[in-house]
Amino acid sequence: MTLEGLVASAIGIVTTVAVYLLLQPRAFATALGLTLLSYAVNLFIFVAGGLWIDAPPVLDAGRRLSTDPLPQALILTAIVIGFATTAYLLALAVRRFAVTGDERTHLTPKHTEDAR
Amino acid sequence: MLTLVIVLPLLLGTAACAWAGARLGRRATAALAAAVAALALGALLTQAAPIWAGGAVAEAAQWVPSLGLNWQLRADALSLFFATLILAIGLLVITYASYYLGPTDPPGKFYATLMLFMAAMLGIVLADNLLLLVVFWELTSLASFLLVGYWSEQSPARRGARQALIVTGVGGVVLAAGALLLGEIGGTHQISALVAHGKAIQNHPLFPWALVMVLFGALTKSAQFPFHFWLPDAMAAPTPVSAYLHSATMVKAGLFLLLRLHPLFAGSALFETVALPVGLATLTLGAVVAIFKHDLKGLLAYSTISHLGLIMTMIGLGTVEGVVVAVLHIFNHALFKAALFMSAGIVDHETGSRDLRHVNGMMRYLPWSGLFAIIAAAAMAGIPFFNGFLSKELFFTATLTAPHPLVPILATVAAAASVAYSFRFIHDTFFNGEPGPLPNPHPHEPAWGMRAPVALLAFLCLLFGVMPWLAEPLITRVAAAAAGAPVPELHLALWHHPGLHVAMSAVALAGGGIAYALLMTNRFLHRLDIDRLFGRRAGRWLFAALVARMVRTAAWITRRTETGSLTMIVALVWVSALALVHFTVPWPQTASTPAAPQPTFSTLLVAFPLWLLVAFSAGALLFWHAHRTVAVLLTGVIGLVSAVAFALLSAPDLAMTQIAVEVVSTVMLFLALSFLPKRTPAIPFQRRLVHAAIAVAAGVTVGVLAWWLLVTPRESISWYFLAEALPGGGGRNVVNVILVDFRGYDTFGEITVLGVAALGAWALFFGTSRAQHCTRQTSQWLEPHPHLLRVATTVMLPAALLLSVYLFLRGHNQPGGGFIAGLVTAAALLLVSLAHGFAAANQWVRAQDGWRFARTVGAGIAIAAATGAAAWAFGRPFLTSAHGHPQLPLLGELPLASAALFDLGVYVTVVGATLLLLTPLAAARRNDRETKENGR
Repeated sequence: MTLEGLVASAIGIVTTVAVYLLLQPRAFATALGLTLLSYAVNLFIFVAGGLWIDAPPVLDAGRRLSTDPLPQALILTAIVIGFATTAYLLALAVRRFAVTGDERTHLTPKHTEDAR
Repeated sequence: MLTLVIVLPLLLGTAACAWAGARLGRRATAALAAAVAALALGALLTQAAPIWAGGAVAEAAQWVPSLGLNWQLRADALSLFFATLILAIGLLVITYASYYLGPTDPPGKFYATLMLFMAAMLGIVLADNLLLLVVFWELTSLASFLLVGYWSEQSPARRGARQALIVTGVGGVVLAAGALLLGEIGGTHQISALVAHGKAIQNHPLFPWALVMVLFGALTKSAQFPFHFWLPDAMAAPTPVSAYLHSATMVKAGLFLLLRLHPLFAGSALFETVALPVGLATLTLGAVVAIFKHDLKGLLAYSTISHLGLIMTMIGLGTVEGVVVAVLHIFNHALFKAALFMSAGIVDHETGSRDLRHVNGMMRYLPWSGLFAIIAAAAMAGIPFFNGFLSKELFFTATLTAPHPLVPILATVAAAASVAYSFRFIHDTFFNGEPGPLPNPHPHEPAWGMRAPVALLAFLCLLFGVMPWLAEPLITRVAAAAAGAPVPELHLALWHHPGLHVAMSAVALAGGGIAYALLMTNRFLHRLDIDRLFGRRAGRWLFAALVARMVRTAAWITRRTETGSLTMIVALVWVSALALVHFTVPWPQTASTPAAPQPTFSTLLVAFPLWLLVAFSAGALLFWHAHRTVAVLLTGVIGLVSAVAFALLSAPDLAMTQIAVEVVSTVMLFLALSFLPKRTPAIPFQRRLVHAAIAVAAGVTVGVLAWWLLVTPRESISWYFLAEALPGGGGRNVVNVILVDFRGYDTFGEITVLGVAALGAWALFFGTSRAQHCTRQTSQWLEPHPHLLRVATTVMLPAALLLSVYLFLRGHNQPGGGFIAGLVTAAALLLVSLAHGFAAANQWVRAQDGWRFARTVGAGIAIAAATGAAAWAFGRPFLTSAHGHPQLPLLGELPLASAALFDLGVYVTVVGATLLLLTPLAAARRNDRETKENGR
């Protein structure tokens, strides 16, 4: 098992669990699924830059090798934004539960009627 | 100057008319519109001299150069001819309309849209960039929608407008695709450059596609069979609009485009096999149907369709002679058809009816208008001494050269029909007995302002009919510009050498007259209802049925997918995304070794246990996710492993960010959990199986994709950033330099999203705790505040704050920066809140239920924006950075970059947003407790 294989399979495993949780019809499970999915996606984008050991993208006189900095910059903001959107989802879930006592993520027939 | 020609009506014209419409009344608005049109015409004619000499005038400015969309204008004889036609007929229509419009019709709306349309039309004919042309093309569709639907309270007007918009809009979209393809083939979107390489482009394998798509756009716009049906329905427009759009200008746009691109299409067999039959079919169908229309404007609409078909036939011949006849007929048709529409408008205006079965014998009431109409109709019928005769003769001559004998035969039939409906137009309106029951039984001549434009056009019909050689220099130049080749010497004279075409003309005249006389015997024609005859086979019905079917299908798909279930939507998204990946990603045949250095054994020694930890946590999550507390902890474990992975794989910034976010988000999840049920109820086994199948498919696909990404060597675009970070951005930490400098715009957008999400979540929480469902569910989690933690945080807080300052300051050169420092600060404050209780902490930082943090978010974004805007003061674009490295005593080299100030904005936003996201949860809990205490 190479390092590449380990990382790729870990991404696959986390994605599996993330999607499974996303498909749960409860808001809290969806939020957990979203959190897990963002781990997997962030790592996925990260590996686009390749796996580099001991080569941080910090320009140093002593070091010659440096990894690809672009995926890191993309992911850094993605981590923060993923956190914010998950927080927003949780806020929605809590608010809905507080008002209706229901945290399912599908509309009941009653809701559908109200919408019409 | 060309720009001015377009911009005058586009900006000044629309604004002035819209402003004047409500304040100054109809006449003044019309005068303003006319003044703008006259100014534009004047500006255009200042450029006429070099163009008349055979040259061209061009102007260019960049607009969106990356897309090839530039403000390139070019006027040669063809453009000048069309632009003059648009402005001159526009002036007549503006004058005419000021008398035509009623006192209740809003003049501002009419003239402002008319100006918009005029500008769009001018844009089409002056554009030298195919994409710019498409932009104006769509603008004419929109303006036409507004103009046809001017009387928006009438349902036929709305329907006609909508139908015209859909047909020409779809055509416009297809044309846009064709234009993009042509640009792709030719390597440029500049029309004059494309046209110059006509032959090379024709040999490209994709050329047939481009041709068909451009042709589709042209055919729909110019109301060619089978798309002709929108034009008769657009007759619900006010008559000046019909005179302008549906006879002289917009419907000619498709023909103009084909003339403009003529060198590109000429000689292509495909072009001739499509354009020629379509033109012939349109020519014949329109002419025959026009005879049977009882509506005055309906008759003219079908006649217009027929004449457009005639011009299309000529262009479809693909020869220079064809182009000459097409240009001549465009000129003639614009003159007589605009006059006829205006005459129809006068009749409608005076009698209140357009029904040919009732409007009879008008000659006695409208002698002058009748005279003008007779002249124009004679031109339409192609009678000698009127301008239509000439183009008809040349048309006949040209059809004789066509490859198939059916072409001249159909041409004669259509010409005969054209004679018949022209006779009908005059005979039924102005003669044929006494008027029937009319809404206005006492018609009289309208004001001269309404008659003068008709008179002028009729005079021109006569002038060019009697002295046709006057048009020679114009037509020769325009045709040469269109064909991109010299035109054989043109002799326009009343009497040509005798030949078959004279016989065709005679047959058409006699046949048309006899046919009309027979049909009108005992008013037989008046009792025919052609709409009933065609019934549901008419284009309008087919179109309506097609639209209805599409709406039903869309509704069915929506009902099936939008069931109101998030699970369903997530499943759909994943299944379709996976299908897309499997069908489109070119899976690699062989794997190769990556470029990065190979890991040592010791790395694998660390990596493997981490992998096991992830696998175990993931498996445990699958089994125990229903226990939410456990699930949150397991999720946290996976997050921490990913942070460690980042640290091992040369991403210290990411590792720090991930750990800080992990702390904050775990707290957040637990806080949210305190409001929600602690368990996720199970779902039926069968559905679980389906979910598991989707999940496994997703996991395998993503995993394989990641593996493939890792083992395939690729070129990276990042070396630019590595090379430029120090000289260009003044920083050694390339990740931070990218964030705050190279991609500062992205970061600015991202902190804005962060702030908006936080504000949204915060707003959702107002009043949450007062709802009864929570009080029942709230646990006592987090209630006791352990003494040890309280003491620890008291020590930790200053250290953490100091750490965040340190991380912030070194961020540009070492791992750190605004995001990380902000998260560390927020996490530290959060831990203090946990230790001391949220209520106390809230009071301590004077959070005012989050208001303070909302202001912090605003301040952060404002700092970042102000830093970006400061670049303007130095004449640089938004977010341009500056930097320097002054040496200071004691502190040493101080890396001073304006980007650091931007990073400060990031820091403040992150702190504010993170705390804002958590405060409401905590505040709600506090309110909750108070509610409970009050309840006791």
